[in-house]
Amino acid sequence: MAYNMKEIVAEKKSRFTSGHRMCAGCGAPPVTRMILRALKPEDHAVIANATGCMEVSSFIYPYTSWTESYIHTAFECAAATCSGVEAAYKSMKKQGKLPEDVHTKFIAFGGDGGTYDIGLQSLSGAMERGHDMTYVCYDNGAYMNTGIQRSSATPRFADTTTSPAGSVIPGKMQSRKDLTEIMEAHHLPYVAQTAAYMNFKDLYEKAEKAIYTEGPTFLNVLAPCPRGWGYPTEDLMNINKLAVETCYWPLYEVENGKYKITYKPAKKLPIEEFLKPQKRFKHMFKPGNEWMIEEFQKEVDRRWEALLKLEEMSNKE
Amino acid sequence: MSIRERLSGNEAAATAMKQINPDVVAAFPITPSTEIPQYFSTFVDNGMVDTEFVAVESEHSAMSACIGAEAAGARAMTATSANGLSLMWEMIYIASGMRLPIVMSLVNRAVSGPLNIHNDHSDAMGVRDAGWIMLFSETNQEAYDNLLMAHRIAENENVLLPLMVCQDGFITSHSIENIELLEDEKVKEFVGKYIPKHYLLNEKEPVAMGPMDLQSFLFEHKYQQAEAMRNAKQVILDVAKDFEKLTGRKYGLFEEYRLDDAEIAIVCMNSTAGTTKDVVDILREKGIKAGLLKVRVFRPFPAEEIAKALSHVKAVAVLDKADSLNGAGGALFTDITSAMQVNGVQVPTSSYIYGIGGRDTTTKEIESVFNDLMEDSKKEKIENPYRYLGLRKE
Repeated sequence: MAYNMKEIVAEKKSRFTSGHRMCAGCGAPPVTRMILRALKPEDHAVIANATGCMEVSSFIYPYTSWTESYIHTAFECAAATCSGVEAAYKSMKKQGKLPEDVHTKFIAFGGDGGTYDIGLQSLSGAMERGHDMTYVCYDNGAYMNTGIQRSSATPRFADTTTSPAGSVIPGKMQSRKDLTEIMEAHHLPYVAQTAAYMNFKDLYEKAEKAIYTEGPTFLNVLAPCPRGWGYPTEDLMNINKLAVETCYWPLYEVENGKYKITYKPAKKLPIEEFLKPQKRFKHMFKPGNEWMIEEFQKEVDRRWEALLKLEEMSNKE
Repeated sequence: MSIRERLSGNEAAATAMKQINPDVVAAFPITPSTEIPQYFSTFVDNGMVDTEFVAVESEHSAMSACIGAEAAGARAMTATSANGLSLMWEMIYIASGMRLPIVMSLVNRAVSGPLNIHNDHSDAMGVRDAGWIMLFSETNQEAYDNLLMAHRIAENENVLLPLMVCQDGFITSHSIENIELLEDEKVKEFVGKYIPKHYLLNEKEPVAMGPMDLQSFLFEHKYQQAEAMRNAKQVILDVAKDFEKLTGRKYGLFEEYRLDDAEIAIVCMNSTAGTTKDVVDILREKGIKAGLLKVRVFRPFPAEEIAKALSHVKAVAVLDKADSLNGAGGALFTDITSAMQVNGVQVPTSSYIYGIGGRDTTTKEIESVFNDLMEDSKKEKIENPYRYLGLRKE
């Protein structure tokens, strides 16, 4: 069935309800809602959530925005927690302690702090153990919940509260960690990088594949943050678009080792297009700092070329 | 008819877990509890249990997975020691705060640093206020029995708290002793089925667990936890009564050994109680009225009952196998003296830190404590109540 956003939204109920307290213009809620829409209407899900913006804004006692069963324990262990729930399901199902005809899917959500950094070990362990679950990282490129501190997902030169653009050190000095590739190195059946772009088609299709591929699967989803990145709230979708069109955030998937770039911009936009609308990169546009933009562009090009090669190599017979 | 066996403490714990047949076990190896997940995974791989064994990559994940599993509606168990428990620390509080009756076998060992793999109680003492029920075991038999009683206590609807069964690393965990086991069927019947009220895998009733819990509610939720801990005391006694009917083995909040007419008494936990019993017997033969109070239930702390049990003695020594490093005695000592003070019991009491890092504690040393107590019992106020036993002077 061809993707039709209107039909999906009309036919599939939202499992992440309005009334949550995420900021206007935040990339995470629309992404979360769409991922959950990829569940078959008859399927039940258990959501595990790492501590972070999403958790503290969606489940403040006694209110919850989640219509599915939901568990939050701590910052670094959404994957381990989810793996325990999945192990319980497997065990109880095997013993006939759960109804046979009910299918439950397991989805963990964590920000880049809870996934790239403090939760990386827990994620790696759960994925290696082969639990039948999908881990979703909503990547906003810094510790936004505690007030915009740099993470290993923060791009080079970004101005954060622990990598401020100072007169001596102009923002974060290191490039981003490539978590999607780290997850691919686990040889999972399905790994994908996506963003809310083009009517959410790419995101929806990858979520569906991830959730309904047996075994551990991983989605890395771009989730811009208006406060941390410094853009007007209404520009969210435009920022997503620029991230993809500049190849800063390539859309691709790896299915059983085979890479597929799911969107190749007809004309790759220069990285300035992505950097310019964001206050965190403002200092890069001061006279004398042209080298920063050049370096940034070089890194984006290098990674994009490498990805093109991976696609080519992995599809060779 | 019970089964006579010879098992180490770790084998006893693993055997109890096999008979309990929990839905999920998540554990990470650490000396001296490593054998428990080893034995248990053998049971799993040979199809002797229905359990899903989650071979996690750390103890933090072990407790996280246990929390996930228990919240899902499963019975979840784990085993650990020392630094493993330290790494779990964050999740230990979350397990009790979420009111999940997870059961842990804690094989006590010294917490780093420096690194030491031998027995003391510094691991358990580090989580004494974490909202877990804590049972201590003198022997392999007690470690086994306590585990069989654990779920009935933890899962009681007036309790719903996680529970750990402690035993001494190497001293009991690796020593083979005679043990009486129950038949599998009897254990199954005694432990019973786990029927959680609310659980994640109930597709008919979605439930959200682990909220952001702010100023308006956290205080009340913590009070409920404290109430649950208070409720646990009676439940522990009720379960022990049922267990006695089944096995003939009697358990209370603590064990009084020749204490009723004692003039001097030692209070301690775990295997040292066995050594102390020997010394009490020897002294009794000499006409010295020595006695022992062995704490079994450390959390909830039976303050009133202990104070009453010690009210008639003339001097008490509290043996702590972990120093609180606060300059004022060990944790058990502080609890005991506080209990006596609050309950109007005035007995000269001293703190003995002993056996740190697995330092052997001999009958001779225990006897020296009783000798000190005989001196103390003649005094109104004792000097230097903060003492060390078996510490080299040079």
